[in-house]
Amino acid sequence: MNIAVNILGIFVAAFIVWWFWISKRGSEARTDGDAVSILVDGGVYTPSVIHVPAGKPVTLRFLRKDQSPCAEKVIFSGLDISADLPVGRPHDLSFIPEKAGEYDFTCQMAMYRGRLVVEGKTKP
Amino acid sequence: MKEKTGTGPKTTQRLHVLDMSCAGCVETVERTLKSAPGVSDDEVNFAEKTAAVTGDVSPETLVKAVGKAGYTASLLEDEEAESDKESAELTHYRMLLRQTVVTGVISAIIFAVSMFHLLPSLDSPGGRISWGVVSLLTLFVLAYGGGRFFTGALKSFRNHNANMDTLIAIGTGVAWVYSTFVVLFPDSVGGIAQHLYFETAALIIAFINLGSALEMRARGKTSQAIKRLIGLQPRTARVVRAGQEVDIPIGLVVPGDIVRVRPGEKIPVDGEVTEGSSHIDESMLTGEPIPVEKKKGDAVVGGTLNKTGSFLFRASRVGKDTALARIIDMVRRAQNTKPEIGRLADRVSGIFVPTVLIIAVITMLAWFNFGPAPRITYMLVTTMAVLIIACPCALGLATPISVMVGVGKAAEYGVLIRKGDALQQAGQLTTIVLDKTGTITVGKPVLTSVEPVPGVSGGDELLALAAGAESGSEHPLAEAIVEAARLKNIEMKSMESFEALSGHGVRAVYGGNTVLLGNRKLMEDNGIDTVFINEAAERLSMKGQTAVYAALNGIAAGVLGISDPVKPDSREAVGRLRKQGIRVIMLTGDNRLTAQSVAEQVGVDDFIAEVLPEDKAREISRLREMGERVGMVGDGINDAPALAGADVGFAIGTGTDVAIESADITLMRGSLHGVADAVSISKATMKNIKENLVGAFAYNTLAIPVAAGILFPFMGLLLNPVIAGAAMALSSVTVVTNANRLRWFKP
Repeated sequence: MNIAVNILGIFVAAFIVWWFWISKRGSEARTDGDAVSILVDGGVYTPSVIHVPAGKPVTLRFLRKDQSPCAEKVIFSGLDISADLPVGRPHDLSFIPEKAGEYDFTCQMAMYRGRLVVEGKTKP
Repeated sequence: MKEKTGTGPKTTQRLHVLDMSCAGCVETVERTLKSAPGVSDDEVNFAEKTAAVTGDVSPETLVKAVGKAGYTASLLEDEEAESDKESAELTHYRMLLRQTVVTGVISAIIFAVSMFHLLPSLDSPGGRISWGVVSLLTLFVLAYGGGRFFTGALKSFRNHNANMDTLIAIGTGVAWVYSTFVVLFPDSVGGIAQHLYFETAALIIAFINLGSALEMRARGKTSQAIKRLIGLQPRTARVVRAGQEVDIPIGLVVPGDIVRVRPGEKIPVDGEVTEGSSHIDESMLTGEPIPVEKKKGDAVVGGTLNKTGSFLFRASRVGKDTALARIIDMVRRAQNTKPEIGRLADRVSGIFVPTVLIIAVITMLAWFNFGPAPRITYMLVTTMAVLIIACPCALGLATPISVMVGVGKAAEYGVLIRKGDALQQAGQLTTIVLDKTGTITVGKPVLTSVEPVPGVSGGDELLALAAGAESGSEHPLAEAIVEAARLKNIEMKSMESFEALSGHGVRAVYGGNTVLLGNRKLMEDNGIDTVFINEAAERLSMKGQTAVYAALNGIAAGVLGISDPVKPDSREAVGRLRKQGIRVIMLTGDNRLTAQSVAEQVGVDDFIAEVLPEDKAREISRLREMGERVGMVGDGINDAPALAGADVGFAIGTGTDVAIESADITLMRGSLHGVADAVSISKATMKNIKENLVGAFAYNTLAIPVAAGILFPFMGLLLNPVIAGAAMALSSVTVVTNANRLRWFKP
């Protein structure tokens, strides 16, 4: 019994490490120019991983359903872009990601987490 | 999971649609909107000239579609967004209060029956039924007051994410599941392990709701600066249309419109006065308390207050282009940025919740293997306490909430901070370099002396010559000479050619004669003997005037003294900076004598004279290489490279130049007090952030081990999970309240 509980405990801890840190997969979306709609609700961005091409205009359309203040802001700290999201109304963020790379976007407290993957050649 | 792009939930948006004059227009607009991709329904209101559009479509698409049909549309969002936001916040706050009251009352009942043993024990069938009812009541509390935590936790889990919802859901969920299991199968656990935790789960939810409500209320206050700025924008404008003055919604004002402003009214958009004059109170934007006189040709800024006269002005910038809109945008953006100091908290936040989950598992195993009997009770209490007491919110809020208040406070004083990093660095500056003209001085030089060389030229003749030579130049000194000639009605000599010599002066040709006008170096470089005018030039320089040498055909003709008065409050502002331990240096292109005179007038520590415009940035680099943290204050245009090269670049604006790209901080008021204010606010904000960060880190690093039972072996102390819930709820409220203290700060 004792060994079983300990093994179970170790298994759970290992699962936490694997699930939250190693196997980081979120719902994904890809666009080549169309707007991508992102739902802000229940502590997550859906989709949370967005693939966009470098050097092309992109529009991320955020729709915030979560009324709590945590969901109020979305911040792309690596891109110097941010917005205040209204509740129940789409908010478009349009910009041109110049440099290829991965950029996290989060709420103000970094509890909501998403990733913008800018693919392709960097604009000279 | 791959999602199809461009498909999202449907929402309703409202547009203003101009130019609809008949029922046919309504039909056209309706048809146009309906055919836009993503629109599922639309309804046009002819009387209000609005359209409500439902679907998954961006406002820009709708505006463009209506535009193609020949009508002008604008989104109503901007005007209503803030009131919508406030009403959404109020609704959410009320919901939290309702949940607090309902869950609080039920939790108190459950607590009373548990604490005072008001129900029979689980040994009897009656007891099991009674406790079954308590279990259902607790389940109601969890679903009604804490349902969002469970759905949030599940959604996060699916996305390989964990947040505060995860901790609350697991903590309270485990308490309920275990207790209900004991009620259903009381014989499976014996003795004290039969203890039930319904009141713990219920009270935790009640406390967290109370904490969220208090936090929400406190948070509302942190964005008051933005609300104040938004409140400056009037909702209507009185516009002259077809010869008549009509009140229209502000969103419908277009550039070129003639707008009437009466005494006591706010100016609706930016523009230029075309008729009448008045005094305008611009303090709400610039912090400048004295109303400014405006007459025909002067610029007026939307959101400022007309005090005395009635006037007409032509709208030049409307909507998102007005100075006020750009200020709001800049403040909002800055409030969303984080200074370097907050990045560590972000990194910790990113791994915080899974780490706490692992600590909870370790705690559970530790008590299971090494804890006293009843092991299950100790395991449950400590694991629940660990999960509930950990507060990622306090950590995540610590920096951004203070930045919001700090940036807002700066805006109140007419100081626009572009980024969080500038907010942090402004308080760490060791040296501040001030450009002289327009920064320390008023920036409007006037000609005060004309001293010709006897026999070569007369005073008026010299002025006519100098004004003619300078008439092609845009340099402020040139403007002073030209203006003086104009005021004296002296006819300027007409020049055949003109050449500006950067940092030195001008060369012009008139009637075959070469005129040189500029500094002493220009004379020396051209081999001109200045022996007869040196004494006069030195005398003028010692009075703080800029001496402009004049030569005609290689012979010194005289010297002109130009004075640029020091701003009345420059000395006091420099004193404030020096009191804060900052070395203040003045940088100028003037000669040493003039520079020294001005430096003495304002009391700077040091000055660097005779610096060419292109060398200013080099001086900044030199100071930085010496290990100084350098702030540069200039006009943002001529000094752009120096501003960009400094640790913090301050641009002195004039109330309308709000978004000077080269500057980290824009001072809307043309006073150096803005620099001192920015430094003070930066220091206060950074102190506040540090308090928050230290508090949040200390809270979590001390509370989690205590909750895990680290004190139990030494003192027999265990943390009640309900107390853990209350502490967690209060920790984020404390952070927000501490940030709110900044609102009362006076630089």
